[in-house]
Amino acid sequence: MPIFSYLAIPRNGAKEALCADLATTPHCEVIPADNQDVIVLVTDTPDEATEEMLQQTLKNLQSLQSLSLAFGYDDNEKKGS
Amino acid sequence: MKLNRRRFMKYAAASSAVATAGSLFPGISFGDWQNISNNSGVVAWQKAPCRFCGTGCGVLIGVSNNRAIAVKGDPNCSVNKGLCCMKGYHSVQALYGKDRLTKAQVRKNGAMVEVPIQEALDLVASKLKETRDKHGKDSVAMYGSGQWTIPDGYVASKLFKGCLGTNNVEANARLCMASAVTGFMTSFGLDEPMGCYEDMDHANVFVTWGNNMAEMHPVLFSRMLANRKRRANVEIIDFATRLTRTSQAADKTIIFKPQTDLAVANAICYEIIKNDWVNWDFVNQHVSFHKGKTNIGYGTEDHFAFKDKAESINLEEYKLFLEDYTPEKVEKISGVPAKDIKYLASLYGDPTLKVTSFWCMGMNQHTRGTWINNLVYNIHLLVGKISTPGNSPFSLTGQPSACGTVREVGTLTHKLPHGVVMNEKHRQMAAEIWDVPVSNIDPKPTYHTVEMFRALDRGDIKFMWIQVTNPMVTMPNLKRYRDGALKDDRFVVVSDVYPTPTTDVADVILPAAMWVEQEGMFGNSERRTQHFGQIVDPPGEAMSDTWQIIEVARRLGFEKQFSWSQEDYIEKIWEEYRRFHAGPKHEMASYKVLNERSGVQWPFVDGKETRWRFNPKYDPACTNGKDFDFYGKKDNRAWIWARPYEPAAESPDSEYNFWLNTGRVIEHWHTGSMTRRVPVLHNAVPSAYVELHPEDAAELGVVNGEKVKIISRRGEVVMPAQINGRGVPTRGMVFVPFFDESYLINEVTLDAFCPISKQPDYKKCAVRLEKA
Repeated sequence: MPIFSYLAIPRNGAKEALCADLATTPHCEVIPADNQDVIVLVTDTPDEATEEMLQQTLKNLQSLQSLSLAFGYDDNEKKGS
Repeated sequence: MKLNRRRFMKYAAASSAVATAGSLFPGISFGDWQNISNNSGVVAWQKAPCRFCGTGCGVLIGVSNNRAIAVKGDPNCSVNKGLCCMKGYHSVQALYGKDRLTKAQVRKNGAMVEVPIQEALDLVASKLKETRDKHGKDSVAMYGSGQWTIPDGYVASKLFKGCLGTNNVEANARLCMASAVTGFMTSFGLDEPMGCYEDMDHANVFVTWGNNMAEMHPVLFSRMLANRKRRANVEIIDFATRLTRTSQAADKTIIFKPQTDLAVANAICYEIIKNDWVNWDFVNQHVSFHKGKTNIGYGTEDHFAFKDKAESINLEEYKLFLEDYTPEKVEKISGVPAKDIKYLASLYGDPTLKVTSFWCMGMNQHTRGTWINNLVYNIHLLVGKISTPGNSPFSLTGQPSACGTVREVGTLTHKLPHGVVMNEKHRQMAAEIWDVPVSNIDPKPTYHTVEMFRALDRGDIKFMWIQVTNPMVTMPNLKRYRDGALKDDRFVVVSDVYPTPTTDVADVILPAAMWVEQEGMFGNSERRTQHFGQIVDPPGEAMSDTWQIIEVARRLGFEKQFSWSQEDYIEKIWEEYRRFHAGPKHEMASYKVLNERSGVQWPFVDGKETRWRFNPKYDPACTNGKDFDFYGKKDNRAWIWARPYEPAAESPDSEYNFWLNTGRVIEHWHTGSMTRRVPVLHNAVPSAYVELHPEDAAELGVVNGEKVKIISRRGEVVMPAQINGRGVPTRGMVFVPFFDESYLINEVTLDAFCPISKQPDYKKCAVRLEKA
C-alpha cells in the first residue's frame, strides 16, 4: 500500500491540463503551486499491481514533462514482507 | 486508527513535496492547499508561529482527532507568505516522539522514579523554600529560554524577582542574543531592530555578516533570492569565515579570518569617510561620536567584572582612530584583499543603493560581540542608511521568542519587563504591577548565564530550575558545568518534553507541554508578537511551563500574585504584562487583536503597527519634528563608537593549530532534542561531523567518514570527518554542528565571553586534530 509524493512539472503552458489530467486519474491528489508551474502530486494505491498501472498511466500523460519523487512510504516494506 | 495513520502519511508525503518545492523554487506558494484539504472534511486548521527559529513563520496546523497531523505555511502571515522550511513542515512530528516525557520523575536513591506531577511540584516548592531559607535568596535560580513563551518568562520573572527577591533569572538567549541587545542599547538606547522583513523587498544590496542565512533563516533567505530574481540590481554579498550554502547562492563571497570582522568594519568606515560618501546632513543632525574602554578581557575567570565607560569624542578624533584601519593595513590582519574592503565600502557608500546588513550568531557569539554590532551600525549611520525601507542593519534572532520573552519580558539578571533592576523607577513600576513591596526587588544584578553555572559549580547556587533548554549540551567548557550540576548538594529541576543530557543531571523532571499543546505568545526578530492557542492536548500529565511555575508560586504562598484560573490565565497574564510597555515606544497589541491576527508588530499604536522605528513617517514615538528621531538616547542621537580590533580569547598556536567554529545545520533545531525525533529530519543528518578543508584532511590522512579527534585545552571529542560537504572551512579551521548529544563538542569550546554582553564565543577557540 504505497504512498508517494512527487513534484510534477508540466510541459510548456500545460499546467492546467496536467492538473486536470492528474485530478481525474484514480489514486491521485494534486496541490498546484499558485505562482509557479509546479504541481505536488500525492499518490495512494492499494497494492503493487495498481501502483504499477498508475506509473504507466503517468508516463503516458502528454501534459507531463517530468516527475521528481519527494517522499515514499510502503506498508508492506514496513512489515518486512 | 488505520485511516488516521494513512491520512497522516499522506500529509507527510504532501509536506515533504511542498518542502522540496520550497527549496528548489524560492518563493513558491501553495496557498490553495488549505482549501483542497478542507474538502476532505477531515482536517481542521489553526494558526501558530513556527517554534524552530526566530524568523516567526506563520504556520497552519492541521488537526484531526486531537492530533496535529499536518503543517502548511500561513498565507496570511506577512513573514513567510505561505512558505515554510523543512523544519517547519515537519514540526508537528516533533510532538509525537516515542520517548515523550509524560510523567514527572523524582530521583530516589539515585534512580529516577515516576511520581504524580502534583507530588513532584510539592517537592520542587519545598526544596526551593528549604534552600532559600538555609542558604539565602540568591542560592536559588531559574534558567529559561528563548523558546519560553512570553507568559512562561513573565511568570518566572515575577516569581523570582518580584516574590522571591533574587535576580537569579537568566535564559539561554544570553548565549545567542545578548550582544545584539548591548549593541542596540549602546548605539540607540533601545533594543530590537528598527527595520522589518519588508526591507528585503526594497534593498539592492544584502550583506550577510558571518551569517549562513541559507540554513539558519531559510525562509528569509528564499525571500532574498526571490527579490534578486524578480528585481534587477539586487546583489548578495556573503562575508564569512567558511564557505556555506549561503556562499553558493551569493553573488560574491569574501572570506575573513576569525575575529577580524572588527577591523574590516572599521576599514569600511575609513573608506566611506576618505571618499566623502558620508551623508553629512544625517550625521550632523542625528549622530554623536563616542569611545569606550579597550583591552577589556575575556571573562574566562570566575567573578570576572567589567563596566564600560562611554566618553564623547568628536569627528576628528574618530577619523584619527580610523587611521589604523586603512584597507591595506586591515588586509594584513583579516586576509581580506584591500580591493574587496573598498568594494564593500563602495556598496554602502553609493547613495543610489539601499543596503541591508544581516547577522546572527557570527557577530553575537563573539568576545567583542557588542563592539562588532556597534561597528556595523557605524557603517549604516555614516551613510544614513537606516530606518528607511531597504536600508537596515538587521540583527536576526535565533530562537522563536528570544526577542519576545527574553529581551522584552526581561528574563536576564539585570532586566525587568520594563527597564532594569538598577533603576528605582523601573523597580517601582514592577512592584506596583506585580503587587509586591518594592523592597522585594533587589537593585543589584546577580549572575549572567556563564557565571550562574559557575556559581552552581562553586556551590553559591544550590537550587536551579531549568525550563525549555538543554544547557548540558550547550554550555561552553561543558564538563565543568555538568560536573558542577552533579555535585551532591545541588538540586536541579528540569522541565522538558524529551529526555536530554540535562534531564540526566536532574533531581526532578517535570513533563512539559510543547508548543501548540498550550496557549502562548512568541516574539520574533522583527518586533512581531504572535499568539497561538492550544491546538491539541499535551500528553499524560505534561503541563505548560507557565502553569508549572504558577503551581509552585502558590505553594510558596504567592496565591495573590498568581491568582489566575486555568481557563484564561494566558489572557490575564498578557494583559498584566503589556502594562509594562504602555506608550508609543513599545505599546503592545491587546490579547484580542493578537488572537485575531497572524502576528502584530510593536509599537502598536492606535491600531497601527510600526514598520520602521525612529522614522516619523512610520513611528508615532518620533516627536522632534525632524526626518529622524533617535529617541532612545538622551542626546536624541544614534551613537557611533570607536571600537578597535582586539584578538580572540584563544587563537591557534603551535600546539593547538586549528580554529574551532561551531554552529547549526538546517535540518536540526539547536541540540536536536526535538528534530532528531522527526524521522525525516534525523535521517537527513543523523549525526554530527567535523568539516575540514580538503587539504587539511589530506595532510591529516583522513577521508570522508573517517574519525578525527578534536582536542582543546578543555577536552576532546572523536567524530567523523566531512570533506567538501555542505560547508567548507578555510585552511586551519574546522566546523562542528552542535545538534548531536552523542558528540558533545562543547566539552571542547571555551567559556570566554564579551565583557559587555556576557555572551560566550562559540565560534573561536584553538584545537588540534588527530586521526582517530
